Amino acid sequence: MTDSDNTQSRQIDEMPETPVEHPFRQFVTMYMRNYAAVAGLLVFVVIVAAALLAPVILNVDPFEMVDVPLLPPGESGHLFGTDNLGRDMLVSIIYGARVTMAVGGAAAAITLIIGLSIGAMAGYYRGWVDEVLMRITEFFQVLPPLLLAMVLVALFSPTLETVAIAIGVVSWTGVARLARAEFMRLRELDFVKAARSIGGRDRRIIWLVILPNALPPLIVNAALTVGIAILFEAALSFLGLSDPNVMSWGKLIGDNRDYLLDAPWTVTIPGVAIFLTVLAMSLIGDGLNDAFNPKLRER
Amino acid sequence: MAERLLSVEGLRVEFKTRDGIAKVIDNLSISLDTGETLGIVGESGCGKSMTALSIMGLVPIPPGRIAGGRILLDGEDLLQANEQRMREVRGNEISMIFQEPMTSLNPVYSIGNQIAETARLHEGLSRADAMARALEMLQAVGIPAAEKRIHEYPHQMSGGMRQRVMIAMALACKPRVLIADEPTTALDVTVQAQIFDLLNDLKEKTGTAIIMITHDMGAIAEMAQRVVVMYAGRIIEQAGVTQILTDPRHPYTQGLIRCVPHLTRNPTVERPPLLEIPGVVPALSQLGSGCAFAPRCPYADAKCRAEMPPSRAVDSGHDVACWLTEREAAA
Repeated sequence: MTDSDNTQSRQIDEMPETPVEHPFRQFVTMYMRNYAAVAGLLVFVVIVAAALLAPVILNVDPFEMVDVPLLPPGESGHLFGTDNLGRDMLVSIIYGARVTMAVGGAAAAITLIIGLSIGAMAGYYRGWVDEVLMRITEFFQVLPPLLLAMVLVALFSPTLETVAIAIGVVSWTGVARLARAEFMRLRELDFVKAARSIGGRDRRIIWLVILPNALPPLIVNAALTVGIAILFEAALSFLGLSDPNVMSWGKLIGDNRDYLLDAPWTVTIPGVAIFLTVLAMSLIGDGLNDAFNPKLRER
Repeated sequence: MAERLLSVEGLRVEFKTRDGIAKVIDNLSISLDTGETLGIVGESGCGKSMTALSIMGLVPIPPGRIAGGRILLDGEDLLQANEQRMREVRGNEISMIFQEPMTSLNPVYSIGNQIAETARLHEGLSRADAMARALEMLQAVGIPAAEKRIHEYPHQMSGGMRQRVMIAMALACKPRVLIADEPTTALDVTVQAQIFDLLNDLKEKTGTAIIMITHDMGAIAEMAQRVVVMYAGRIIEQAGVTQILTDPRHPYTQGLIRCVPHLTRNPTVERPPLLEIPGVVPALSQLGSGCAFAPRCPYADAKCRAEMPPSRAVDSGHDVACWLTEREAAA
């Protein structure tokens, strides 16, 4: 054995043996360790499954009046009771999940795409690019979001697409600021310099070198954004500014708000559905944050 | 004279600051041959790292500005090259390793992926081929159980191991010039020695020329054949490593060498105080017309404070920019 071999074998002994696991498995293991996040994920899966399978398992029209109006939950075989027009609440909730999840997800995706692009550019390039993009961001920040969304929906036709786009357009500023802050911090780090020193181009450095490191806060934010978008959609349909031809949770609350004292379930059941969904999204965001951070895996 | 591998001629870099224009690098000329190690020494803020970034074409512009000079790689002026050409040069012909191995690897990718990336960017290798190259490089830099560790992440490795990974990354495309910016400053002394051995070893095998940037005279003695001493953005002394260590002419170089602590076999209660160079490197935007070192120099006179000393040869291959040597020559 030569001298250099000796120093190497000595170093093996000094280093703790770390079992090498597939990164995805590590990710799953870390996520599963957070019980609240697992619970959130379960709720999320149930809601998504209900939304996807609604036409298959129920195959009824949620707008059909099936019984006497305002039946309390459990009566005449209606698990969640009926609403002011005698429509089955359970069916409405399940069909409403479709709209809620679709609009929430689409709006969050739009928010993330706009916010991330603008924030990444501003934080990476700095200088005049940053100045211009941040002034635009500030312009959107000072407009009252609900009002702007209402104007947008009112201007264009109140379809689900318009609602999702309107919500995205009014809520991307937070993501942009967060992404900008992360990019400003990360661009100064040595591994970004190193990526440049091996000949990486800006596009590669932004999306492949910096972005994965900026993801944890953005993913938590994205999960929360889905929750906020769901609330937003509920607010808009409560105000009647959504597609009147589809059933949604906000619309249920809006339609039944006059009967809040006489038939509280007509409002509280969709309210609880919204609450559970938003809560599940934040728990998921939290769990993803833990799982994405490789340093936490060692603990 | 044979064509130099890399030569920097009259390079000037300026930075715009609140106090005016700072001449970060002023009229710097260095050259490098294949298989040679050039040491660049100096205190923090004297322009060592900026020299490295200039050669890589990574000076932040603005606030920086290349005010003049040429950087010739095999006769091609890199300062005239466009960004696309520079991207081809970086990592492929000139590579760089950084001071902080703890932060210079991307925490979200496995080390194998990061080394493979260099090869994929420059040689268009397939994923599998690039990983094979990465494994080869990890073995070359002496990472034990490389085939297992290739899938590990930076946080699973020690500082010395990470610096080896950095070296593997920098050398993955067999560059002709490797710039090492204080590669061992953040490491333990024993690990430092291993990294020096590794660099010397790889240099011998591949013929890669090394520019070793450091403030550690010990590292210079270990690695370099020729040494450039920088102060406030200028070269003040340039010579072979033996000449610098045995016969330093510039008061600043003498000071740097005196600063190195010595080991004594029998430390007594009464230990001689460690010498230091009084003062700090002056703000570069406030340099006067005289020698930049004059305010800290024990031998400075009126002329030193008024006029910048030119560089002159005191011996073959030994240049000094100091009025002191002028006076000696005249006497």
